[in-house]
Amino acid sequence: MSQRDLAIRAEGLVKHFKDVKAVDGVDLEVPAGTVYGVLGPNGAGKTTTVRMLATLLRPDAGNATVFGRDLIADAASVRSQVSLTGQYASLDEDLTGFENLVLLSRLYGYTKPAARDRAGDLLAAFGLSQAAGKQVKSYSGGMRRRLDIAASIIVTPKLLFLDEPTTGLDPRSRNQVWDVVRTIVGEGTTVLLTTQYLEEADQLASRIAVIDTGKVIAEGTPGQLKSSVGAGSIRVRLHHADQREHAQRVLGEALSGEVVLDDDPVSLTARLAPGQDTAAQGSHVLGELARAGILVDDFSLGQPSLDEVFLALTNRTDVVNTGA
Amino acid sequence: MTVTHTDTKSDVDAPAPVEKEHLRRLLATGERPAAPSAFASARAFAWRSMLKIKHVPEQLGDILIFPIMMLLMFTYLFGGAIAGGTTAYLQFLLPGIMVMSIVMTTIYTGMSVNIDINKGVSDRFRTLPIWRAAPMVGYLLADMFRYAAAGAVMFGTGLIMGYRPDGGAVGVLLGVALLLVFCFAFSWVWTWLGLITRSEKTVMSISMSVMFPLTFLSNIMVDPATMPGWLQPVVKNTPISQLVDGVRGLFDGNVDSGSVLTTLIWSAGFIAVFGFLTIRAYNRK
Repeated sequence: MSQRDLAIRAEGLVKHFKDVKAVDGVDLEVPAGTVYGVLGPNGAGKTTTVRMLATLLRPDAGNATVFGRDLIADAASVRSQVSLTGQYASLDEDLTGFENLVLLSRLYGYTKPAARDRAGDLLAAFGLSQAAGKQVKSYSGGMRRRLDIAASIIVTPKLLFLDEPTTGLDPRSRNQVWDVVRTIVGEGTTVLLTTQYLEEADQLASRIAVIDTGKVIAEGTPGQLKSSVGAGSIRVRLHHADQREHAQRVLGEALSGEVVLDDDPVSLTARLAPGQDTAAQGSHVLGELARAGILVDDFSLGQPSLDEVFLALTNRTDVVNTGA
Repeated sequence: MTVTHTDTKSDVDAPAPVEKEHLRRLLATGERPAAPSAFASARAFAWRSMLKIKHVPEQLGDILIFPIMMLLMFTYLFGGAIAGGTTAYLQFLLPGIMVMSIVMTTIYTGMSVNIDINKGVSDRFRTLPIWRAAPMVGYLLADMFRYAAAGAVMFGTGLIMGYRPDGGAVGVLLGVALLLVFCFAFSWVWTWLGLITRSEKTVMSISMSVMFPLTFLSNIMVDPATMPGWLQPVVKNTPISQLVDGVRGLFDGNVDSGSVLTTLIWSAGFIAVFGFLTIRAYNRK
């Protein structure tokens, strides 16, 4: 990929805090115009990486360019291209939503009347007009998050950092944030999103870097990552508990994989082998169960959880290390 | 907390849905105004500070009521003992106690800077393409307004109590102006401290342990000539004592140009050294 098509190219970023290596040699290549997911648990180094790339922290080692501009030598120019929505709403809680946006619009160089117009428009687009005159400290988590994202697009950035944009939000607010992210990227802004949720990265990102203890341990499209991790699962809840053994045999033959009886006496779970297509296997299994005359109350296809992805990836890294 | 409860709450409080079409139009404008000048960005931050006074008016209480308390307490507590009467003592005390109360409140600026960092709002400011000193200068500009208000309140109270400035209106205005210049400069010590310390409480405790000796070991309440000989040269030459000499001279119509000049030199020094340290700490944060 040529330098021109990359929003971010980072090589060997390192950041220590006292004797803790928060980020320990992160390489990233983020294609322009896409959502790029950085997935990892708490303390993996996601926020520190984002803060370095947004010019808030100076890396101890390594280098990075944002749209070809050097992160350190040309920080002012990088700042004019990016905006950041941090993990904790970066707004003035004493001010109203409207005042926050007017202040920031003024700081982006809008004249007073233009700043007021822009603030009003953004509040309307984000469904916050009702709350415009209320102090931000009275906003719910979802409202704060929206206002924070609104503040980040006062001037449409070329690159937007979203640090865990849905952590702590209820499902409805989360879906709305997802819609906003899709709209923003649809208009050509590159989005770098950090998250703890595989589902979120899967929903939004076209590429994902998995990071743990300050290192990128895997990188690829969501499909590549999931198939490398393998094991999705199919969970079946039966109508009659006494059909469970029969169902276990049917599933075992259909999937040629491990089938576990759950604690719940009417449920059982089949683990899929790596590379198996969850959706296709799901239809296949339902057909087999019906043919065997087994009545099903509930049926669900589970993706590997972040825990499973993690376990699998860290194990694999160990194998690679041992082999080397 | 149950899921049901959360759902109910969000139904009640739920903001209107995001209007995707509207959002798309706003994103598509591609408008990119020219970055604001250094002064314009500082002025925007000053406006923010004034809005905070509007929303949290309690903070004016500190800066308006505390000085009046100080003036009343010290005049009637020490007047008889030190100057043989409150009228004579007020004549001596007022310029000094004005300096003391207002210089003390410069600490708040450092605490505000620290709170901005801990709350994350300064992350947003630091990713903006603006003059790096603007947030601090904005605070200080709004503080000038608060200090002027505090000065006016103290002076008014003093007049009611019987204070008469021989320097006239011009002397008083110049005296207050000198005080404001010094406060603006001295505040950079606290903005720096606000940036390098962990919490606002640390800012408070460190700055108090600097301010107490600096204001009490001075010519604010008593003539340094009454102090032990070894202490006099120290007390007479602190920046606070120099400032008090300057302000007192202007108020009394008996201008001590040496002290005024020394105060201006101290002010320039504070801005140069601590302004530099502040910006460096802000960039490295």
